[in-house]
This record gives sequence, structure tokens and C-alpha cells, in this order.
Amino acid sequence: MERSKGTSSEPYLRIIGVTKTFGNLVAVDDFSLDVMEGEFICLLGPSGCGKTTLLRIIAGLEEPNTGKIYQAGREITHLPPRERDFGIVFQSYALFPNLTAAQNIAYGLQSRKLPKEQIAKRVAELLEMVGLPDVGHKYPSQLSGGQQQRIALARALATSPGLLLLDEPLSALDARVRVSLRLEIKRLQRRVGVTTIFVTHDQEEALVMADRIVVMRAGRIEQVGTPEEIYRHPATPFVADFVGVMNFLPGYAGPTPNRVRCGSLEFQCANPHDLAPDTPVVLTIRPEDIRLGVDDLSAPNTTTTRVEEIEFLGSFYRLMLRLEALGDTTRLVAEVSSNRMRDLKIEYKSTLSIHLPPSLLHVYPAEMSGIEAGA
Amino acid sequence: MTTPAISPTIPRPVVDRRIRRQRVRQRLGRDEILRRALFVLMGVWLYLFLIYPLFRLLIRSLQNKEGAFVGLANYAAYFSSATTSASLRHSLNISILSMVITVSLAFLYAYGLTRMTLPAKRFFRIVAMLPIFVPSLVQALAFIYMFGNNGLFTRIFGLNIGLYGPVGIVMSEVFYAFPHALIILMTALALADARLYEAAESLGASGLRIFFTVTLPAIKYGLMSAAFVVFTLAITDFGAPKVVGGNYDVLATDIYNKVIGQQNFEMGATISTLLLIPAMIAFILDRLVQRRQVAQITAEVKPLAPKKYHPLVQGAVLTFCILIVIFILSIYGIVIVGAFTKYWPYDLSLTLKNFKTFYVAGAQHKSGALHVLWNSIQMATGTAIFGTAIVFISAYLIEKGRRLRWVRSVLYLLSIMPLSIPGMVLGLAYVFTFNDPSSPLNRLYGTMAILVISTIFHYYTVPFLTATTALKQLDPEFEAIGESLNVPFYRTFWRVTVPMTLPAIISIAMYFFLNAMVTLSAIVFLFVPGRELASLAVMLLDDAGESAQAMAMSLLILVTGLAARGFFYLLTRGVERRTQAWTQG
Amino acid sequence: MSSFRAHRRLAVVIALTLILAIVLGACGGAKKKTKVVIYTAKENEEIAEYIPVAEKALPDLDLEVLRLSTGDLTARLLAEKDNPQADVIWGVAATSMLIFEKEGMLEPYAPKGVEKILPQFKSPKDPPTWVGVDAYLTAFCVNKEVAKKNNLPTPTSWKDLLDPVYKGHIVMPNPASSGTGFMFVSSVLQGLGEEEGWNYLDKLDDNIAIYTKSGSKPCKLAAAGEYGIGISFAFVAARLIKDGAPLEMVLPAEGSGYEVEANALVKGTDVPEAAKRFLDWAISDEAMALYAKYFAVVAKPGFPVPEGMPPDTPDRLFPMDFKWSSDNREAILKQWTERFAAKTEKD
Repeated sequence: MERSKGTSSEPYLRIIGVTKTFGNLVAVDDFSLDVMEGEFICLLGPSGCGKTTLLRIIAGLEEPNTGKIYQAGREITHLPPRERDFGIVFQSYALFPNLTAAQNIAYGLQSRKLPKEQIAKRVAELLEMVGLPDVGHKYPSQLSGGQQQRIALARALATSPGLLLLDEPLSALDARVRVSLRLEIKRLQRRVGVTTIFVTHDQEEALVMADRIVVMRAGRIEQVGTPEEIYRHPATPFVADFVGVMNFLPGYAGPTPNRVRCGSLEFQCANPHDLAPDTPVVLTIRPEDIRLGVDDLSAPNTTTTRVEEIEFLGSFYRLMLRLEALGDTTRLVAEVSSNRMRDLKIEYKSTLSIHLPPSLLHVYPAEMSGIEAGA
Repeated sequence: MTTPAISPTIPRPVVDRRIRRQRVRQRLGRDEILRRALFVLMGVWLYLFLIYPLFRLLIRSLQNKEGAFVGLANYAAYFSSATTSASLRHSLNISILSMVITVSLAFLYAYGLTRMTLPAKRFFRIVAMLPIFVPSLVQALAFIYMFGNNGLFTRIFGLNIGLYGPVGIVMSEVFYAFPHALIILMTALALADARLYEAAESLGASGLRIFFTVTLPAIKYGLMSAAFVVFTLAITDFGAPKVVGGNYDVLATDIYNKVIGQQNFEMGATISTLLLIPAMIAFILDRLVQRRQVAQITAEVKPLAPKKYHPLVQGAVLTFCILIVIFILSIYGIVIVGAFTKYWPYDLSLTLKNFKTFYVAGAQHKSGALHVLWNSIQMATGTAIFGTAIVFISAYLIEKGRRLRWVRSVLYLLSIMPLSIPGMVLGLAYVFTFNDPSSPLNRLYGTMAILVISTIFHYYTVPFLTATTALKQLDPEFEAIGESLNVPFYRTFWRVTVPMTLPAIISIAMYFFLNAMVTLSAIVFLFVPGRELASLAVMLLDDAGESAQAMAMSLLILVTGLAARGFFYLLTRGVERRTQAWTQG
Repeated sequence: MSSFRAHRRLAVVIALTLILAIVLGACGGAKKKTKVVIYTAKENEEIAEYIPVAEKALPDLDLEVLRLSTGDLTARLLAEKDNPQADVIWGVAATSMLIFEKEGMLEPYAPKGVEKILPQFKSPKDPPTWVGVDAYLTAFCVNKEVAKKNNLPTPTSWKDLLDPVYKGHIVMPNPASSGTGFMFVSSVLQGLGEEEGWNYLDKLDDNIAIYTKSGSKPCKLAAAGEYGIGISFAFVAARLIKDGAPLEMVLPAEGSGYEVEANALVKGTDVPEAAKRFLDWAISDEAMALYAKYFAVVAKPGFPVPEGMPPDTPDRLFPMDFKWSSDNREAILKQWTERFAAKTEKD
């Protein structure tokens, strides 16, 4: 059953120029992607970005307007779902309520005319694999949500498909189950080695599980990359905002490619921009990247702020900082460990100096973000 | 997140029109070919037995006796004088009157049963449902025994209400439509949101004010729906006007007299078309209203508990309910008495002869009443089996399909249309279509099959909607799962869809069976010797003046209906017990 | 689980078997008898008595009888002219037979023993297109209790019925649907002349409570006490009196209109041999003896007048001209419908 990772560089799944419209609405717009064998891909994006539609197109449950899809070197664009090679798991589990867990798992095996003992053996194996060896005789309604989703996963994997499609499988579960199940799915995928496409709107899920993340927005790819790339080097303000927490400072491009002006302040950044001076921009930095309590106030990228709010979040604090130099509307979010909080004696309304390391600042043209410049 | 949020949706890209029109066509798999074949079958079925007959009927109304096109001459003839067009006026009069009376009575009854703390509610509800189990002409017949010139009530109180004519028709329609209105109104009243009442009370509104500002607006769609249903039942009913109408012709009896009495098929077709129009209007309005009602229901509500009202109000409503129950029970009581007495009202000794000698030609020399009843049971069983299968599979293909969207919406529209077609109209349209020697379908004429098909179509819509609702409640991804596992759709249908919707399927079969037992209007033009059905026999017996035998037959229909109801109840219970394992969390 | 499944399978098998049985039953199963479809306007109680005897005499035939009132049946036969469903017409008014003959719907056939039928009872052609079996005649059914309660004198003639005292107490059959109704109207028009006759019917209409479809129903309504007087035909009155209804039968003084009931072979029948055998039986002595239990006048001489009928009945007939009735049938019905469909509207 276990699948060895493909050694050839030929992608297992190729999606080329897929477009899908519903009336005047464009759900997927000229989407292309290569997926390697055994890869775990997350399609990440807000609801309505077309990620589920794309998944259904791959499954053959929707017909695109244009585009081609290849799987394992064979064009599948024109194949009906039954002739494709995939297993699928839905948010609603879609377990057949009138069949037991075992019958659900055996559902796809039975139509292959396998001998009964072989089916029973395979069902037991799959139940074991998803960690539920004893629930085979139970009906879905007698199982918890997490258990049901594991059975649904086992059912999808029963026929050893080449491609596993997961459509927000964890969204209906409560937080605790979600966290444990996502690790388990990842572990299972590694073990079986099945090429997997996982649709989610939860960036944390995507970061934890994916080999590569495809961030989608309005039917288009916004960025493709490993979780680290996506988090560390978001290609657009949208990605920066959607993945993790991000501070946005409105400003204008400075006279040189390494300078940005925000209000009365000027920041240096290591990543040069190629924008003409005075182009409206946004400057971004992650809350955990802001350095607090700097002594040398005259150093570049350093300024004083006032602490406006303190949120206690257990292992760390989240601070809401007001930059005196930037007027009333702009706030920065910073994160600080409990120890450092004590050391710096940070309190409500106290003044705090901060430093924004140039290497961790990113500059985007303001028009990409939809934020009013210089506000 | 306190950072300025980036709007997740940017203006959607505009895609070239050319691309928008394109579509990658999937190859037709075996499943899709089978589905399409079934769609074609459905189309043929709906065309042959619904569209084409109605078309023939319409054409016929534009022709003269010789079959030449005469435009609207037949309609002009109908409206040429107040006399010839009396039936339309009469129909509208009695339907509107029946509608107002039925909805008022049913509202009060439903209010008592849902909003008040009355005793024996179950009993009240069951008794009120009885009229569903007998053809409308049976109550009309019982009214003659009760309120006729020599009726029981008339003799005891010396008061003749002048039954024959509009009085009798309206009484019968009210009686017949009462349970239908009651079901709708009870549902509407039960769905009230208690929070609205709490709010109104906390604002100090009086009971009457609450009634007009909260209760009435909340159930207005229910009231409208009930009104449309009663109107449609009354305007399309044939049995009651036939029996107690006297010389007061309504559209349905007018069609019958024109066709059966005078063989004036053109005029029959013309009047049928006239009957079709108000029925269609009522149907369309009802659909619109129901759509709104559904939208209203989906909101979350806190159920309202029945309340104890002022003892005077409580007593008045209870008395009202008791009177209704007494009335209904006495009507069926008189059917029972009539069925077992030798010679009403002169010789009241008990006898079984009304069941044995049974003067419906073709049946009399076989096994009497039971023979006709057996015909009806066969017909009803056939209708229940084939009707349920056809309607359910159609609803499945329409609801659970993925492709051919427009085909499915056209089929959906055609499938809900039969509700607007009165039985008389359907029956006459079938005569035009199938009693035509040049047509290959002529072979169906005079068979049990045509009776079954006409009955299926007469009662097509309600089961279709029931099936659609039940199917909508299933996870829409079941089919996708089946496909992903390379299981043919009919297998998933059989192993999952059917078991999951079994209670709905049973209720569809019951609906078909019970209605087939009491149907009259659609089959009155289609019956042939040896195939007399029970409700038709009641009519023929009444025509021949054999009231006692008509009563005996009516009683058999009532008993069969109740037995069938009981059977289906047990069946549902059995299914529920079996499915407990899946449904209990 | 396996026993559960076995049970389910068993249940499915049983259900399917049951369904199959019912469906097959509905299709009529395997019948080897020849089916003869008979259209008749004879009364239900007659049919109930005759058919078992006929089936005994013709055991290899399956007799399917459609019974409708004369007008309805005539209309139905005319409508099915191009695609006849009936094999045999039995006991339908001679007036209607004359119309069918004119339309070319009848196959001439001389049943066995036709020579014994009185000449005025059969078509003059040879072989005859139709052969009569009996005649029924107009009678008034008067409910004595209702009459007493409402102080109604017993009417003895057509003329009496015009008395305003009867207003709303008289029921008569609609001639458009009922042979009895047509017979009455036709005899009135022949007896009084057309103009006077229509005048009479106009005035009578003022007293009529309702027009019924069937010819026997007015008498049955009178018997049930729903109305005082029913214009109907004799034998139904006799039978109801025997059953215990407080009825009095009146044969009108001007003479009772009568109508011959006749049989014929339908042109285009698929089973001519079987149909002819039924027609042979239908004028046999055995059949005549049965008819004579109901009818005072039958087509073969020598049968006694039935119990409850005046022995002089044959002498009290109004001399009907069937040819005239038949030729004018359509015109009369049109005229009648125009006049009284208008008057029946009472709102």
C-alpha cells in the first residue's frame, strides 16, 4: 500500500490554465499548478476564493470552461469522476448514515468484486490505520465528529487512490480535535505517501500540514511556496495579512530604494523597493519581529511609543503600541514574552522604545493592499 | 486582528465572453448515459401523459364538431348568455364561499388545538381528518340522509335547509376541504415564535391587539395557502355537486353533462379550459406564497406553549370543537346506518343485502360490492407502487443530478404542474388522446393501466415535492463520494438514498393509495365495463337512486382507507424501529 | 448482521411476490373465455338477475356489461362510432336504435327465433338491424306519506301535474340523458301536438323540483320521501312498492308513453360469433320469461303481466310513433335544453 515518493521530476498532477465561471462570477481564473508525487498541497484562501471549486474540478465534479488537467501523465480533463483516480473527504464527512463504519469503508471495495475475506482484512487494516480498530460495527451517528472524519478518511483511502482530495475536513470539528487530527492526517499522509490536496481557510492548518501552500484570492494564485516562504516572505500584502498577524504602516517611498517615509519618520529596509519616490506604500512587520526597549533612540528605525493596551495570552503578552510620530490612527501590535515584559517593566500607558529591524521590513505598493496611503 | 484588514475579495477579474461560453465537456461515462436515458424516458412520459393530452384538449376547444378550426367560437358560445355561462359564475361563487367558511372554521379549530390547553386534542385531530378517507360525494350523500327533504335533521327539527343546490355543494366542500385547511393552519400556528409574544406582552399589548399584530401576520402565508387549497379543491370537485347540486351546474358538472350527456366534446374541452384557468392561478399564487413561507420558517424560533385562556373563551372554543366533531361523526354514523338498513327511512331493520346485491352493471354477477372494492384496491395498489417508483426516481434524478441543469429545471416545472390540473380536465384530455383509433396509444384506452396513469398524474405533485424535500435533506455529497469510489449511481441510490428516505417513500405510497381509493373526477371519463371503481360505483348507484347500496360502498371505502392508513402507520413504525440505530446519536 | 440481512431479503421477496400477484391480478390473469362487451340501458336490478342466467346458458363467454342511462349510452355509442368498444347493444331504446341504424353502426342479424317476435317490436328490414324484447311505460310514482303531509291530491293524468299545488314536489328525468324522460316528453309532444306540447312542458317546468339523469331515480326519490311525485316508469314503481315504499303507481289517463327496448349487433365487433350467440339467447324463451317478470309488455306473446301491474296495462299504452321520435330526437333535445337548462338556473 505504501507508496514510495516519485523519483522522476515529472509532476504527478498538472493543472494548466483552468478557468471556471458561474454566470458572471469568475470562480477560478486561469489557474496553473504542478504537484509532485507524494506532495501535500494546501489550497489556502478566504471563503469564496475558488479553492473548493478548483478541488471539485480536479475531482471532475465540476466542468471548467477552459484548461487541462493531467494526472500521472494521463489527461483527465474530459473524464467523468468515476474514471478518475482519487479519494475525497468533505467537511460534512458525508458518511452514509445507514451503513456501519466498516460498511462505509468497504463501500468502494465491494464494487471491485474482491473476495469477502480480503475486503474484511482491508477494512480492519484501515480501521487500525486511523486508530479506531473497535468501531467497525458502529453507525456514524454513534461516533464523535473526529471519529467520523477518520472513518471518512479511511473510506477515501480504501481503494488506494493516487490522489487524496480533502475539502475543509476539519472545519466542522471543535478546536482541540482539530489540532490533534491535523497532525494525524499529516502523519497518515506521510506513511501512505499519497499525493494530497487539502483545501482550507485556516492559515494555521496550512502552515502546520502543507509541504507547499497555494494562497488563493479571487480565483487566482496569490503565492505558492513552503510554509516558511509564505510566512517569512509574503509576496503580497494580502498573503502577509492572511497568513499570521501583520502590522501595516502606510507611507511613501523614500528618495532611495532602501528608504520609506511614514509621517515624520523615515525607515530603512534591507529589501530594496523599485518604486519611484513618493509612491504610496505600506510597510509591514510581524509583531514578534519588533524589538522592544532599545536604549539608543538615535539609531535608525527606532522610535518611542506609548502602550495603549496589554493582552495577556499565557506564555506571552500582546501589546498595542501607539506611535507618537504617526498620529492617531496607526497602531502597532507587538508580542513580548512574560520574562521580557517583567524586565522592561512595561505597564499600561508607559512609554516604550522600539526598533524595526531593516531586514524584517517589507515594502509593498499601497495599491496592492487597498490601504489609503499616508493616512 | 487590529491591523487594517485587507479585503479578501478584490474586484473579480473579467473573463472574456468567449471563455465564459466555453465548457470542457466531460466524456459521457456509463452513469451519465444511463441518467440521460432516464431523462429522455421522463420527458417522453411527461410529454405523452401530460403535455400532449392537454394540448389535444386545448386544440379541441378551438374546433367544431367536424374538427374544423373555429377560433374562439366555442368560448363565445359559452359566454353568449348569462344562462350558458352560469356554471363559471356558480363555480366561483361556491368556491369563494367554501373558501371563506372552511378557512374560518378550520382556523378556529386549529387555534384551539395548537394554542389552547384543550383536553383530548389527539381525538379532535383524528376525527377532523376522517373526511380525507372518503370521496367528496359520500359526504354529499350523507347530507341527503341528514338534511334532505326527508332527512333525519329535517324531520326532527321540521327545518328544511334547501339542500339541493348551492347550499348542499358548499356544505359538502367545506366538510371535504376542512382537514386539508386544518393541516396547513395547524402547521402555521405551531410554528409561532414565542419570543414575539413575550415581547408584545412585555410592551403591555392586549390579547386582541397581540392577535392582530403578532398572530395574524405570522400565519398570513398559512392562511393564504389554506385558502388557495380550499378554493382549488372546491372548484375542481365533481362528486359533491353531482350528488347534491340539483340543477345548480358548476364547471365540473357542466363538463360532465356536456361530455357524457350530450357528447359535446368541443364544449367539454372549452369548459375544461375555463376550469383550468382559475385552478392554475390559484396554483401559481400558492407556489409564490409557499416560497415566502419557507423563507419565514427557516429562521430560528422558540416554540410557543399552548396557553390557558379566559374560561369563557376556553369553553366557547371547546364547545365549537365538540360541535364539529359531533357533526363529522354523525355524518359517518349515518353512512353506517344507511349501509346496514333495509329501506331508509321507512324500514330501518338491519340487513347485509346492500353489500350483497349490488347493482353496478358488470359487477353485480360477480362478488357484488367486494368486486368493485377489489378493483379499486388493485388500482390504488398499482398507483401506489408505480406512482411512488416513478415520482421518487424522477425527483431523485432532478434533485441529485450534477449536469444538464436546464433539463432538470424544465422537468421540475413539469413535475409540479399537475397540481394545477383538475381531474375532470385531465380525464377528458386523456379521452381525446387515447380514444383515438388512429393513435398507437389507443391500446391503452379501456385498460387498468390508463386508470392508474391518470391517477398518478392527477396526484403527481404533492408526492414529488415530498420526495424532493426528503432528498434535499440528504448530504449533497453522497453521490460525489459514490463516484469517487467508482460505484455506479444506482447502487448508491439503492444502498443509501432509498433506505435513508424510506419514511418519505412510505408516506408517498400512502398518499397515492388513499387518493386513488377516493378519486372520481379523473376516472369518470375513463372507466370501462368490468373496471368500475368504488368511488365511481357510489356515483353510479346514486345516479340510479340506489342510495343504500351507495352507502354500503362508501362505508367499504372508508374502512379500506382507514385500514390502509393503519397499515402504513405500522409500516412507518417498523421502519423507524429499524433505523433507530442510525438516527440515535 | 447476516441474519438481519437474511430477514430483509425474505421481506423483500415476500413484498415482491405480493405486488406481482396484485399486478397480475389487475391484468386479469389468464382467461380463456371469449369476452363480449355488452352496452345496455337496462336497469341494474334487471341485469343482476339476467346475466347469471345468461352466463349459465353461455358458459364459454365472459360477459362484460356497461350500464348507462339511455341518453348517456346513446351519446357514448355515437362518440365511439369510429372505434366501437361494444360488441352488442342490449335493451336500448328503439328510438336510439333508429339513430344507430341511420349512422350505419349496426350489423343486420336475424337471431334464432326472431320469427316469433311481434312485428311492431323489430326493424322492418330483413335481416333486421335491431330486435326488440320488451317495452317500458311511463308511470307516476306518488309517495302517499309526503302527499298526505303536504295535502297533495293524487294526480291521475298529465294535465293534473300542472296544478300549482305540486310546485316543487315533482321530479322528472332529463330527456337528454334518460330514455324515460325522452319517452315522456315525446309522448306529450305527440299527444298534444308540438305547440301545445311545449306549452305543457313549460308549465310543468314550473312545478319540477329537479331533473335527474336516470329514469328510475325520480321514483326512487319519491320512494325515499325526498319528493312527492316522480315521473318514471312502471316496473321500478312496482318493485319499490314491493320493497315497502309508501308509493302509489299511477298510469296517466291520457295513456302511458312507452318505448321498446331492443338488441343489435355492433358493426366491427371482433367477436361476431360470440356476440350473435348472446343475441340469440337474449330473445330466447328463457330470457323472455325473465323480462316478463318486470315488463307488462314483452315482444313475444303469451307471458303474464307481472305482479303489481294493472292487468289491463297493454291497453293503456299511448300509441307512440318511434320513427317520429327518432327523426326529431335531436331537435327535441336541443329545444328542451334551451328552454329548461335556462329555467333550471335558479340563482
